[in-house]
Amino acid sequence: MIRIENISKRFGSFDLNNISLEISEGEYIVLLGDSGSGKSVLLEILAGLIKPDQGAIFLNDRNLTDEPISSRPFGMVFQDLALFPHLTVRENLAFPLRCRSMTKVEISNRISELSEKLEITNIVDRYPDGLSGGEKQRVALARTLATEPACLLLDEPLSALDTRIRKEIKSVLRTLNRSGQTIIHVTHDYQEAISLASRIGIMEKGNLIQFGPALEVLMNPVSPFIASFTGIRNFIPVTLLRDKEDGRIKAWTENNIPLNFDTEKVHGKGYLVVPMDAVFLSKEPVATSAANQLFGTITDIIPAPHGFEVVMDVGFSLYSLLTSEGISRLSIKTGDQVYASFKASALRYINL
Amino acid sequence: MNRSGLSWVFAVLGGLVLLFIIAPLAGIFLKTTPLQFFETVQDKAVTGSILLTLVISLLTTVFFSIGAIPLAYMLARRSFKGKSLVQSLIDLPIVIPHSAAGIALLGLVSRDSFLGKAASSVGIDFVGHPLGIGLAMAFVSIPFLIQSARNGFEQVPVRLEKAAMNLGASSWNSFRKISLPLAKRSIISGMIMMFSRGLSEFGAVVIIAYYPMITPVLIWDRFNSFGLKYARPVAALFLLVCLIFFVALRLLANKSANDQNRKHI
Repeated sequence: MIRIENISKRFGSFDLNNISLEISEGEYIVLLGDSGSGKSVLLEILAGLIKPDQGAIFLNDRNLTDEPISSRPFGMVFQDLALFPHLTVRENLAFPLRCRSMTKVEISNRISELSEKLEITNIVDRYPDGLSGGEKQRVALARTLATEPACLLLDEPLSALDTRIRKEIKSVLRTLNRSGQTIIHVTHDYQEAISLASRIGIMEKGNLIQFGPALEVLMNPVSPFIASFTGIRNFIPVTLLRDKEDGRIKAWTENNIPLNFDTEKVHGKGYLVVPMDAVFLSKEPVATSAANQLFGTITDIIPAPHGFEVVMDVGFSLYSLLTSEGISRLSIKTGDQVYASFKASALRYINL
Repeated sequence: MNRSGLSWVFAVLGGLVLLFIIAPLAGIFLKTTPLQFFETVQDKAVTGSILLTLVISLLTTVFFSIGAIPLAYMLARRSFKGKSLVQSLIDLPIVIPHSAAGIALLGLVSRDSFLGKAASSVGIDFVGHPLGIGLAMAFVSIPFLIQSARNGFEQVPVRLEKAAMNLGASSWNSFRKISLPLAKRSIISGMIMMFSRGLSEFGAVVIIAYYPMITPVLIWDRFNSFGLKYARPVAALFLLVCLIFFVALRLLANKSANDQNRKHI
C-alpha cells in the first residue's frame, strides 16, 4: 500500500496543498487535471525529483520521504520518455540493471524477458532516434519495469501518440495492471482516465478535490470545475450486443435498454458518452431523424452556467442542457414526463 | 539596393577580411625558401622547442580538464550565489593583457611566494620550468575549454539525468554514463581549442619562463637577436605544425562524432 500524507509544496506561482492519498497494491490510479493543476509535480515528488515542503510518503511501513531518488521503489516514465540517445535499446534496458550490479547473464536474460513482454525484440539493437512513437513508449516502459518498481509513475504517457498507437499502448498498460502492477497515471484527458482507471483523482490548482471510483467521480462531480472539465455527465455503462429483432449491433444499458449508435465493433463492454447539448426534449413523441427516443420523468432541473441541466430518469439518469428559453417554451418542471431524443452519430463509445 | 547588390557588397567586404587573414600567413610560406625551411627542420633547437611546446600544451590541457570539466558541469547545472561572478572570472583571462597575466602568475609562483616556497621545498621551481610554462598556458587558455564544455552540458536535457537516477544510478554514474558521453563532442572541441591556444601563448609564458624556450619565445628570441630573416623559417615551420595538429584533431573529433551519429540511424 502506498500512503501519501499531507504533501505540500510551495512554488512562487503555484502551491501543492495537503495532498493525501491511499493506494492499494494493484490499483490503477489516474490523476486528472489541467496543465498547472500540480499533477505532474505530485508525480515528481513521489519519484523524489522534487522535495516536498511537508508531508510524508510511505510504501507499506517504509517511510520514503527522505530516501534518495536512486533507491526509491517508484519507476517513472517521463512525458518525453527520456530515452538515452547515445545508447541502443538494449543498452537503455541494461542501464537500470547495471545499476543493480547484476551479472552479465542475469542482465541479458532480463532484457530478453522484458523485450518479449513489451514486444520490442526486433528493435533492441537500434538507437532511440530512429524509433516510432509507440516503439519509444514501449522501450521507456520496459526500461522502467526493469527496476521492478512497486509503483509505476506515468506522466501523460499517451498524449504524444496518434489514435492507433494510443489504443495499442492502452492495452499494454491494462495488461501490465492486470498482472498486478500498481500504476499512477497523470493525464488531462478524461477519456483516457475512464478507460484505464480503477480510481480517479481530480486535481485543480494544486488541490486534490475529488478521489474515488472512476465512474462515480465523473458522474457525481463535487465541483463545477470537474463537470466543466470533463464537460460530460452522461456516462452510460453499456454492453455491445446484436439486436435479435433487426440484426443490428446496439449498446445495451445495464437494465437492457437498447441504444442505437454507429459502430464497427461487434461486441464489447464500455461507456457511451452522450453530450448534454445533443439531447433534445419534447412533451410528445416526435418524428425526427434521431435514432434514439427515450421516455422518462424529470427528476431535477439544475441551474448551469449557460442555462439549465435537466435530469431525467429514463431507466438510467440522462442529462440534457437547455437554455432558459427552452425550459419556458416547453414549460417543464420536476416530475413532468418527457421524451428525450438524440442522434446516433452524437454518441461516443469508450471501450473498456 | 536590391538583394543581389547587397550580396555583392557583403561578399567583397567579407572577402577583404578573409584576404587579410590569409595574406600574411601565405606570405610567411612564400618568403621562406625551401632551403631555409629544410635547414630549420634540421635545427635541433627548433624541433626540440616545438616538441616541448606540443607536449607541455597537451599535458596542461589533459591535467586541467580534470578540474575544468566538473566546473563546467556545475556552471551548466547548478545555480549558486556568485555564479555570474564566477562566470566573469572565467572569461577574465581572455580579456586581460597576457603579459599582465604573466606578471600576476609570477607573483603567485615566484620563489618568494607561498606556493613557490612550498614547491621549492619539494625541489620544484616553477620559474624557468616546464611546470611554470604549463601554468601560464593554462591560465590564458582554460576559458575555452570551460565555456565549450559548459555549452555541451547545457545541451544535455536535465530529464535524462533525472531519469538515470530514477533508474537507480548514483549522481556520479548519471554524470559519467549519461551527461559526459552526451557532452563529449563539446568537451573534446573545447580541449582542442585549449590545446591550440596553449601552443600559441607567448606573453604570459615569456614572463614566467624564458627558458626552456617554447617556440613562440624562440621566434621572438631569433627575431630580436638575428632579425626577421632568421625568425621567419621558424615561424613558418611552427605554423605548419600547429595547422596540421589543429586540422588532424578536428577531423578526429568530427569522425568520432559522426560515428556516434551514424549509430543513431
